Amino acid sequence: MSRKRDNYDTSRWKRFKSWLDGETDLLEHGMEAHEAVMRSQDPVVMPVHGEGKEILKAKEIWRFKRFYKVMSVLLCLGVILVLLWTVASLPITGDAANPDNNEVVARYIERGLQETGAVNIVTGMILDYRAFDTFGESCVLFIGSCCVLLLLRLDGNSKHEELEKLVAETNDRHYEPKDDIILQKCSCVLVPVILIFGIYIVLNGHLSPGGGFSGGAVLGSGLILYQNAFGYERMGKLFTEKVYKRTTLCALTFYCLAKSYSFFTGANHLESGIPLGTPGAILSSGLILPLNICVGLVVACTMYTFYTLFRKGGM
Amino acid sequence: MSFVQNFPFFSIILAMFSGIVSSVLSGKKARNLTLAMIVVTTALSAGTLAFCLRTEESYTYMMGHFPAPWGNEIRAGVLECVTAVLFGVVMFLSVVGGLTHTAEDVEESKLNLFYIMIDLMLSSLLALVYTNDLFTAYVFVEINTIAGCGLIMIRQKGRSLSAAIRYMVMSQLGSGLFLIGLSLLYDVTGHLLMSPAKESVELLVEAGRYKIPLLMIMAVISVGLAIKSGLYPFHYWIPDTYGYATPTGSAVLSGLVSKGYIFLLIKIFYRVLGRENLVGTHMVNVLYLFGVCGMIMGSLHAIGEKDTRRMIAYSSVAQIGYIYMGIGLGTTAGMVASIFHIFAHSATKALLFISAVGLYEVSGDRKDFVSLRGAAFRNPLAGVGFSIGALSMVGFPMLSGFISKLLFATSALGSPEKMMPTLIVLALSTLLNAVYFLRLVITLYSRRRPGDKPLPEQTIVKSSWMLRFAIICFIGLNLVLGMSSQPIVQAITDGLAMFD
Repeated sequence: MSRKRDNYDTSRWKRFKSWLDGETDLLEHGMEAHEAVMRSQDPVVMPVHGEGKEILKAKEIWRFKRFYKVMSVLLCLGVILVLLWTVASLPITGDAANPDNNEVVARYIERGLQETGAVNIVTGMILDYRAFDTFGESCVLFIGSCCVLLLLRLDGNSKHEELEKLVAETNDRHYEPKDDIILQKCSCVLVPVILIFGIYIVLNGHLSPGGGFSGGAVLGSGLILYQNAFGYERMGKLFTEKVYKRTTLCALTFYCLAKSYSFFTGANHLESGIPLGTPGAILSSGLILPLNICVGLVVACTMYTFYTLFRKGGM
Repeated sequence: MSFVQNFPFFSIILAMFSGIVSSVLSGKKARNLTLAMIVVTTALSAGTLAFCLRTEESYTYMMGHFPAPWGNEIRAGVLECVTAVLFGVVMFLSVVGGLTHTAEDVEESKLNLFYIMIDLMLSSLLALVYTNDLFTAYVFVEINTIAGCGLIMIRQKGRSLSAAIRYMVMSQLGSGLFLIGLSLLYDVTGHLLMSPAKESVELLVEAGRYKIPLLMIMAVISVGLAIKSGLYPFHYWIPDTYGYATPTGSAVLSGLVSKGYIFLLIKIFYRVLGRENLVGTHMVNVLYLFGVCGMIMGSLHAIGEKDTRRMIAYSSVAQIGYIYMGIGLGTTAGMVASIFHIFAHSATKALLFISAVGLYEVSGDRKDFVSLRGAAFRNPLAGVGFSIGALSMVGFPMLSGFISKLLFATSALGSPEKMMPTLIVLALSTLLNAVYFLRLVITLYSRRRPGDKPLPEQTIVKSSWMLRFAIICFIGLNLVLGMSSQPIVQAITDGLAMFD
């Protein structure tokens, strides 16, 4: 028995057909899109040192520029040639008799599992044998994000600046469509998967390829995708500057204290008392798992902060 | 193992930790934490120094549970500790001296970020001084570069941003070359720790293998660190960065940052590549040539400069030239003279930058010669401080600059073929130094003329007591380095002997 439709105009078929014929746009009502409007700004003129005193004649400038170009190309070619010449006389890659196949690598490979408890030897190396370097690397990320904060954060402590921030936020709409249904639906599917995958990479860093740096990058990209789809208001419920500061502080403090304890006991030939567990289990390899989580958090926060700061100068 | 031996590790970690904690503190609290941290780390370094002087030997310290070729390591000896103490003192006085100006130049909500930069800068300097691992050195070189960049651009006024970009580009070039050098070194030796790497380098040199890569490693590491410390042909970032940063930033960048890289270079020369290899491959002659050119050209540029702060910055180019000339002599005496000049220059240049601030304060924040005329009468202490710094740079007896010039001259006698050019250039450079520094000192102590532009009344402010305290301490430091140099030179000589 077939049901008779009263109103053909509102039926799905009609809408599909008219879309197929190119008469309507499915996104017409759902999405706000604006033409990109360039903010008109007065070009900033930087005073150049000694300006107006040492103006060369046009011909001289032209000659200098040409000389400069030729010389820089020659210099680069020279450096490239010398470096290639050096590379040619380096030991051949993969040769068993190479100097870098020495006792250092041998111990990492043969006793790495036993000494660090990590199945993934690379993680064992960077977070146990050479953990001080990795702490330095996390601090490089930390200071990098501090520098970006310093340069790009717009502070709302005066009224004038508050206004500026508001303008920046509204202008942000001009550049990109908001409430884009395709993006929102896709990210509804993708973001959980990306975040879970990121967490997996971080947590399994000592068992399989991955670890804090790569997992953190995946997590950060998931956050950026979510922000793009749903905007700052929704994101503000999850991630604000306060959250960023606290997470980074806790992660780095934990790293600092845990590793200081480990360095101190190691240097003074004391037992650290941290169990290594069964190799291969998720809760194993001593401090490596928590340290991986710390590094992952720092990397994810740094990536997301970079993105928001470059986009509108705040979180 | 004695508890004192933990101190170098404590000082590095403490500096890093206070940087991390500062990120959630207010500007004022971050400032207090930073000052306390600098005092504590300096005291820790002094404790280590006392320990090393008593035991008369250096020691290595495992960072973790794994010994030398596998895990990270730091190392402390007399030379490292003396350098760390001096760096701590200069850092403390620079931060104290610039406190009021830092608060003015930096937005209040970003003040804690400024102190994060100072904390991590100090931690990286300490790590560069103490490290016994090449890759740790590279990581902390990176921290140092980024922190330096932050210290320049925090002022966020016109030229300081372009100066920061210039600094970033040149510094990254240097870091890149340094990293290439480390990779090549790892490829031919298979080690990143300094002591085992040195053993392999010695074996390779004896066997005559990998001659080209070894030469390249020496060249690339020397040039990379020379770019970062501002040796003559690579000095174009210096006048901008030192001239447009905050007063503390200028003092720290000129007094400490470039010196940290030079100290690392000396350490790599002695502890990895071997000084005799560098002399054998004539690598030191290249550094010598660049250094000698820098001594003359830096001074010539400084003479032509109208902005006094840029003039002081160009004088740094000349002084870095002195240091590399001493390294380039290739003798132990030359190296001792260079290291003493590192100390003398960081104390003196920080004094010059800080006391110049006191003079600008009373001249309506103008930096040209005409406005500064008579400034020493308006702010007598800053005038005295600047004159002492200038005289020290020229090489006036009783001050630190005199001792380093004396050491350079005597060490030149030890290498016959470089003796004449060294002595001639030293004399010429001293003369040029005198030309531009004494010109400014005379300007400071001459009365204002009737035709001079009037100074804006309200901008003539009294310097804060902190600035005065810093100037007095810096003068004291200079006199100590100048008048009781013998124990310091002795410590440097002993420390260098421990390097081998």
